[in-house]
Amino acid sequence: MSSPLAQYLIVSAALFSIGLAGALIRRNAVLVLIGIELMLNAANLNFIAFWRYGKNPQALAGIMFVIFSIAVAAAEAAVGLALIIAIYRHYKTTQVDKIDRMRG
Amino acid sequence: MAKILWLIPILPLVAAAVTSLLRREQRRAAAGLAIGSMLLSFALSCASFASVLHEGKAAFNFDWLQFGDSSLKLGWVLDPLSASMVTMVTLVGLLIFIYSIGYMAHDENFTRFFCFLSLFAAAMLGLVIANSLLLLFICWELVGLASYLLIGFWYHKPSASAAAKKAFIVTRIGDVGFFIGLLWLYSQSGTLLFYDGGNGALETGGLSKLATTTTLAGMTVATAISLLIFCGAVGKSGQVPLHVWLPDAMEGPTPVSALIHAATMVAAGVFLVARVYPLLDLDPSGLLGRSTALIVVTWVGSITAIFAALIAVGQNDIKRILAYSTVSQLGFMMAGVGMGGPAVGMFHLMTHAFFKALLFLGAGSLIHGCHEEQDIARMGGLRKFMPITFATYAVGMMALSGVPLLFSGFWSKDEILHSASNWEPSRGPFMLLALGALLTAFYMTRQVCYVFFGKYRGEGTYFQPEGSVATHGVTPREPHESPPVMTWPLIVLAVGSVLIGFLGTPLWPWFQSFIEGHEVRLVHGLSLHVLAVMGLSTALVAIGITTGWWLYGRQPIESAQQPDALDLWNPAFFGAIRRRFLVDEFYDGTVVRLVSFLSRAADWLDRFVWGGLVSLIAWLVLGLSWIDRLIDEFIINLGFNKGSESFRESARYLSRFQNGRVQRYLRVLGLALTMLAFFFLWGCRT
Repeated sequence: MSSPLAQYLIVSAALFSIGLAGALIRRNAVLVLIGIELMLNAANLNFIAFWRYGKNPQALAGIMFVIFSIAVAAAEAAVGLALIIAIYRHYKTTQVDKIDRMRG
Repeated sequence: MAKILWLIPILPLVAAAVTSLLRREQRRAAAGLAIGSMLLSFALSCASFASVLHEGKAAFNFDWLQFGDSSLKLGWVLDPLSASMVTMVTLVGLLIFIYSIGYMAHDENFTRFFCFLSLFAAAMLGLVIANSLLLLFICWELVGLASYLLIGFWYHKPSASAAAKKAFIVTRIGDVGFFIGLLWLYSQSGTLLFYDGGNGALETGGLSKLATTTTLAGMTVATAISLLIFCGAVGKSGQVPLHVWLPDAMEGPTPVSALIHAATMVAAGVFLVARVYPLLDLDPSGLLGRSTALIVVTWVGSITAIFAALIAVGQNDIKRILAYSTVSQLGFMMAGVGMGGPAVGMFHLMTHAFFKALLFLGAGSLIHGCHEEQDIARMGGLRKFMPITFATYAVGMMALSGVPLLFSGFWSKDEILHSASNWEPSRGPFMLLALGALLTAFYMTRQVCYVFFGKYRGEGTYFQPEGSVATHGVTPREPHESPPVMTWPLIVLAVGSVLIGFLGTPLWPWFQSFIEGHEVRLVHGLSLHVLAVMGLSTALVAIGITTGWWLYGRQPIESAQQPDALDLWNPAFFGAIRRRFLVDEFYDGTVVRLVSFLSRAADWLDRFVWGGLVSLIAWLVLGLSWIDRLIDEFIINLGFNKGSESFRESARYLSRFQNGRVQRYLRVLGLALTMLAFFFLWGCRT
């Protein structure tokens, strides 16, 4: 644990792994979406950490990226939820493994 | 005036075009258009005639086709020849158009008839005013077409359609010669214009090139070309040996026979010879300063004159007699042009146009009056029934026979006999023509005796008008006089037949001077020679008429079955002329037979030799394609089937991965990402 950056990155990696596991394992589409959000936030955390302990912490580049990213993530979450609602109305379920109409 | 000369043929052409669009019921419009256009053309012709009298010759040429540097020119010419011809054609045409209203009144295809008549008039007038041999040839073929259409007007009659075909094909034989001559002339002189300011084919500029070059058998090119062009004239004017179509052409309606096959179109051959006369006259290497071409023209004309006159004696169909008479008179004209120059032949052409049109229209009136009877043996005594027709017909008959002093035929025929008597190369044509003149008087007298004298021999047959109820019993077929619309043209033509002769008497040869283009002068005191020829021709006519009357008029013919007087005298001779010297049979036996043999041979060749080759190749191709199919089916298809099968298999295997579950995809993605990460980390390590 030489520098706080490594700690931040470990937290971020853990967060990403938890999110990935949730996205891969969970059956409920809403929870899959939450997993994806976690992975996104892990990436945001990486941004902040690299900015804060990078060469030029005075410039606001990292935090601006993160703010944009959060705004985009909000939009993405809205679209994702709308999709889930549409799928639910159609299939009467949100279980992801039941929705396999696209199989080859 | 020369510039607007084209209006003369265009007016009837427009009338023909408009008439062709009319419906069948618009009879009045069709006749009105045709006659109106003809009337206008006649007025224009008179104006152009007057302008020739005052101003002389005028020509108008224009470029028609341009090939590289050289161009083909067409044009029209207004000279005494074309002006007099145009006036004659429009006047006679106009009268015949008017007559046709009466003659064709009961025909359902009245509008079509007038359409064709206008077309004919347009083509004929174009032919007459043409200043280019090519334009003349175009119109020449157009009058041939119109003649074909009109001979075959009643095409539902097999004889009419056969006659139309015969006329077209026989004249075509001559036209081939004409066309070759035309091309040759173009290649030699470089122009087809007659008059072109000194450079035309008939002027010194063009002629000088032709007289010097020689071709086959020592003939000059000029002679060869003249003879080829004369071939066309032989075909169109029904000269021996191509005269066979003209009598058959009488299958057409009678006004057509009068207009086309007596007065105008058949005279086109004579007109052509008169038109290219400078070319014919060019080469003085024949006998006694006469050119070879003109000697040929003279002999052909003279032989035709006597030959056709002999046949006319033996015919019983009223129109056939007139047809053979036309052939004979055309022979006179040809001989006249050959011996005495264009003026002599053209004068006879003019007078003949009037009296032969008159005779044909009179014959039409007779046929009409006798309910479509054409056999003179079944007529007779019509003098009482049809007085106007009789009077006018008698005028025509006397004009044709050449009754002295009063009638035009005498003057024009006398002119021809006179030039024949002066012809140095031979006395033959003079003898033949004199005998022809005698026979002309004889057969016309025979016809008139048969038709107008004695008693009516058609009465034995009775006639039931269609649709009438048989309450009055049967109606006898009384001959009747024709309506005024038919008799008036007869009267006008009769007056013309008498008067036109005075334009060219030996005392005051106005017409001849007009055509030849020098001042007319009154001749004081006729030479003994002229008087002797006149006396001779008077004697010939007198003998002809007297003999005719002696044989046919002295004792009226009692019945239609009574044998002909000549038949009693010499059956073998009469049989020969009645059967027209078997010329048709001779052609059937030789030319037609040869052609049909050749066509059969060609058919056989086509069917078995060329057809066999073609089917052999076809079989070969079929066999090859069959082998191709086998290869395709059993070799190539198998390979492709195997290939596609393996594709299908692998596709089925691969498609198992795409099971539609999103998370499975994600897992694969995650696994791949992890593996990639390990790979890179390891890669960096080493």
